[in-house]
Amino acid sequence: MRIAVCIKRVADSETRVKIGPDGKSLDEAGVKFVLNPYDEFAVEEALRRKEAAGAGEVAIIAVGPAAAQETIRTALAMGADRGVLLQADRVPADGLETAKALAAELKAGGWDLILFGKMAIDDYNQQVGPMVAELLGLPCVTCVAHLDLVEGKGTAEREIEGGLEVVEFPLPVVLTADKGLNEPRYPALKGIMAAKKKPLEVKPAAFGRGGVEVLAMLPPPARQEGRIVGEGAAAIPELIRLLREEAKVL
Amino acid sequence: MSNVLAVLEQRDGTLRKVSHEVVTGARRLADGLGGAVEALVLGAGPVRGTDALGAFGADTVVTGTNPAFARYAPEGFAQAVAERAKAGGFDAVVFAASATGKDLAPRVAAKLGAALAADATDVAVEGGKVVVTRPIYAGKALLKVKLTTQPAVVSLRPNVFTPVERPKAGAAQSVSVSAPAGRVVVKEIKAAEAGALDVAEAPIVISGGRGLKEPANFKLLEELARAFGGKAAVGASRAVVDAGWRPHADQVGQTGKTVSPSLYIAVGISGAIQHLAGMRTSKTIVAINKDKDAPIFKVADYGIVGDLFEIVPKLAEEIRKLHG
Repeated sequence: MRIAVCIKRVADSETRVKIGPDGKSLDEAGVKFVLNPYDEFAVEEALRRKEAAGAGEVAIIAVGPAAAQETIRTALAMGADRGVLLQADRVPADGLETAKALAAELKAGGWDLILFGKMAIDDYNQQVGPMVAELLGLPCVTCVAHLDLVEGKGTAEREIEGGLEVVEFPLPVVLTADKGLNEPRYPALKGIMAAKKKPLEVKPAAFGRGGVEVLAMLPPPARQEGRIVGEGAAAIPELIRLLREEAKVL
Repeated sequence: MSNVLAVLEQRDGTLRKVSHEVVTGARRLADGLGGAVEALVLGAGPVRGTDALGAFGADTVVTGTNPAFARYAPEGFAQAVAERAKAGGFDAVVFAASATGKDLAPRVAAKLGAALAADATDVAVEGGKVVVTRPIYAGKALLKVKLTTQPAVVSLRPNVFTPVERPKAGAAQSVSVSAPAGRVVVKEIKAAEAGALDVAEAPIVISGGRGLKEPANFKLLEELARAFGGKAAVGASRAVVDAGWRPHADQVGQTGKTVSPSLYIAVGISGAIQHLAGMRTSKTIVAINKDKDAPIFKVADYGIVGDLFEIVPKLAEEIRKLHG
């Protein structure tokens, strides 16, 4: 089974976001970067599918800066076979540009599965996976929380408001992974050592102009300082009064 | 042409409530662009609720029917919407950032070669171009972007665009649309408990954390949610989802859902930065926690310090009285 997993290097979820001097991007000073958490589910799923098939390849593909090689090495340490970095100083704000670069790389690969995380926890674009599928003319299921694959066909469950959608599809397919799909493994020391010797190809990414112009990155609107209404159940009548009369939400 | 296409959603032949928000956001863009709003809903037949869309600012309402559209059909929907968008020469195409919208909008944008700004919390027109403000880093920052493609594709975060009555003609048409035999087929919808709301769309969210001590105690929050008469959903912190107490669908935070209900009640949640990121755009926040120094009190409008096991049942009782 030939599987490609598209990943992203993102700021860790514990990051305290500070806006950079250009007013349009994250100040990266002191920020820890990690493999996007949803991509971990995609990498894990790829490894399990290859292990179950008993043969095949798991390739890791990323668009990102030179430092994203470390992120690719994390996935290689989990057990993937090789990596490709489409190097760019900055990941485009327009997800369609990222999708085009990935689609060009994936096009001739003969993949059975192309996996993504359902979204990156930095830009929240949540679009590159299904866009790649469109560009490649492949079927796509997003936000997969449960997956069964049998002889060229698959069934997936994806969460919708108030329920789960059960979806059937043929292979090859593009899938985006949601939390709950699996429990990602931690890279073992042996894996980390082996990852250093695995092939990692670096080539420049080519982007068009794109259709998203970043005007500004702004702090979220400040919340007015709240107050402690009181202690224990005795504070409930006052809370209810405030919710009705001041906040007007009841 | 400066018209806006509003792509709506139905389930089981009834328009979903979020559709009013989509028409409201589309109306705002159309007013800025000096054009009309065409509302499009896809279904197997007539869709209940479309006659009310004129009130929210739809100039025309098109129901695109195909026997394969009883349920969401990703490929068929994407083709039908993209064809309509191309034929109408729209300046903007607006979706809900719902489960379906998040799946459909990127497919349509790719077919149109258009830029997509997802999960918008504000939209405007500046210099004839669509400008979108959207939360990034789960709401720790906002990104303001200008979309330069024609059309601009936007999805709107649920619960943010309060439906505004803006009466327009709302002239209804029904057209049958062709659709490819989709390779991806929705076979079944496994409904959650009847009437259960999703945390991303519920007007009231009550979330629990480690302070609840064990999974069974979430029944206290479920009772409180019921007291609100079907308007509240129960959410959870990452800690309790990772511990397996609650399904991941309920997780609020940076690796879960970002929510903007009118009332958010955090119970036994200390307020890790990644949780705060996911709920800080709620209109009113109430925190109940035994630790008066918990970070959650920094973002809460109203806090009660004390034992949640004493407070929550009494709060449910009082709320029931109001709704009684």
